[in-house]
Amino acid sequence: MPDLGLEVLFKGKNMVRLLGGLWVALKISLLAVAISFPLGILLGALMTSKNPVVKGILRVYLEFVRIMPQLVLLFLIYFGSTKAFGWDLSGETAAVIVFVLWGTAEMSDLVRGALISIPIHQYESSEALGLSRAQTYLYIIIPQTVRRLVPLSINLITRMIKTTSLVLMIGVVEVLKVAQQIIEANRMASPNAAFGIYLTVFVLYFIACFPISMLSKHLERKWR
Amino acid sequence: MKKLKRVLALAVSLSMAVAIAACGKQETEEAGTEKPAGSTSVVYRTLDEIKESGTINIGVFSDKNPFGYVDENGDYQGYDVYFANRLGEDLGVEINYVSTEAANRIEYLQTGKVDVILANFTVTKERAEEVDFALPYMNVALGVVSPADNVIESLDNWNEGDEMIVISGTTAEPYLIENYPDIPLQKYDSYATAKNAMENGNGVAWANDNTEVIAFALQNEGYTVGIPTLGDQDTIAPAVSKGNETLLNWINDEIKLLGEEKFFHAAYEATLADTYGLDYEESLVVEGGGVQ
Repeated sequence: MPDLGLEVLFKGKNMVRLLGGLWVALKISLLAVAISFPLGILLGALMTSKNPVVKGILRVYLEFVRIMPQLVLLFLIYFGSTKAFGWDLSGETAAVIVFVLWGTAEMSDLVRGALISIPIHQYESSEALGLSRAQTYLYIIIPQTVRRLVPLSINLITRMIKTTSLVLMIGVVEVLKVAQQIIEANRMASPNAAFGIYLTVFVLYFIACFPISMLSKHLERKWR
Repeated sequence: MKKLKRVLALAVSLSMAVAIAACGKQETEEAGTEKPAGSTSVVYRTLDEIKESGTINIGVFSDKNPFGYVDENGDYQGYDVYFANRLGEDLGVEINYVSTEAANRIEYLQTGKVDVILANFTVTKERAEEVDFALPYMNVALGVVSPADNVIESLDNWNEGDEMIVISGTTAEPYLIENYPDIPLQKYDSYATAKNAMENGNGVAWANDNTEVIAFALQNEGYTVGIPTLGDQDTIAPAVSKGNETLLNWINDEIKLLGEEKFFHAAYEATLADTYGLDYEESLVVEGGGVQ
């Protein structure tokens, strides 16, 4: 067994600090998920609208957020909002805003994709059966869309959790930053700690993301 | 439904406009053409405002042992932090430490999100246009480490067949290319690969920041720092937002005052001596803001 420097974890409050860092990461990402998913569903539905203005605006928004690296968005919101408007957002607030903007954009495109993947005959059959527009959506379209959305949105959630590692650039100390702090603080005493600590971070991310994947599997099976 | 759509579209377009406006602003500022500092609004807090609020925001490194790092109890430690603690104490305010990265130190000051940066901040001409540096409290220069059985003490009369190890992107690389163009360089991307090369004897010497080569020689037996300072001496100093004179003056006075009690020597002995040994105390520490 190679020396992984795992003893560093049990020094002082290091393990508690790592867990605290994970909590910061989860707080930001899950809050962003809770806000951006409903918004994304709404915008996604609007994206299928025939109105060219609505479609155009949403398209520009989506492309803007998708093309912009998250790190740039973080800098724009955190430092840019202070420079431009004098707002003094905290790092965590800025992070949540960026993740909501990003999550909403990505989610809306997923919803749009799921919606247009429902074949036209589903609508036509419903109409033939005498269902109203609302009934068509409620009983026919939305259940099918949701099923298609589950794996895609789980993917997005786990991606959002992992991308929180970028928020250290705006001064938010999350799990990866704590890991770097621990490694550096013990650079002399345990030079091998880097491997053990990163391994621990991997396990922590896994513990955070795996239940979400399991939930997705469970839902897919249930709705089959 | 139509109305809702319109409202939503408006909301989205508004947020887009905001984002784009922020974006445009950023670009012009980065171009750095027409920027009378603080023309629109004052971003920083004056000395009195800081005192009144009872807290000072100080940006430090949280993962650069031994300058600024966080110990196992979650407390900030290191040479920079030792000084920061004293600043807070003498100001009579609490300190809110902000974890900064090398890449965002200037942004933090430009937006006033911290009052002072104490993050091993090397004074350069380019940076001095963006922020105001106080008096220095530490020296940095380049250094050269070589094996103890073949110590290189001068870069003049370089042996043609010998190669010098450098890490790409460090200040050593451009310095050597400019001043000693005859020395063949062996470039490595990271500290770890350069260290391996040194240990394998791929080059006769390794040039890097002198703090780094000193630490290397102390931690690895059989190596000596033949040239502890090479080229221009740079300094490390606290920085405040451009134009924040009350705070700048107070820090300068404080540094001068602390010189009388040899504060930075004490700071060195408390924080850096473990890494660099006491031999380099005089060459690294700047006391009372004066560079020898």
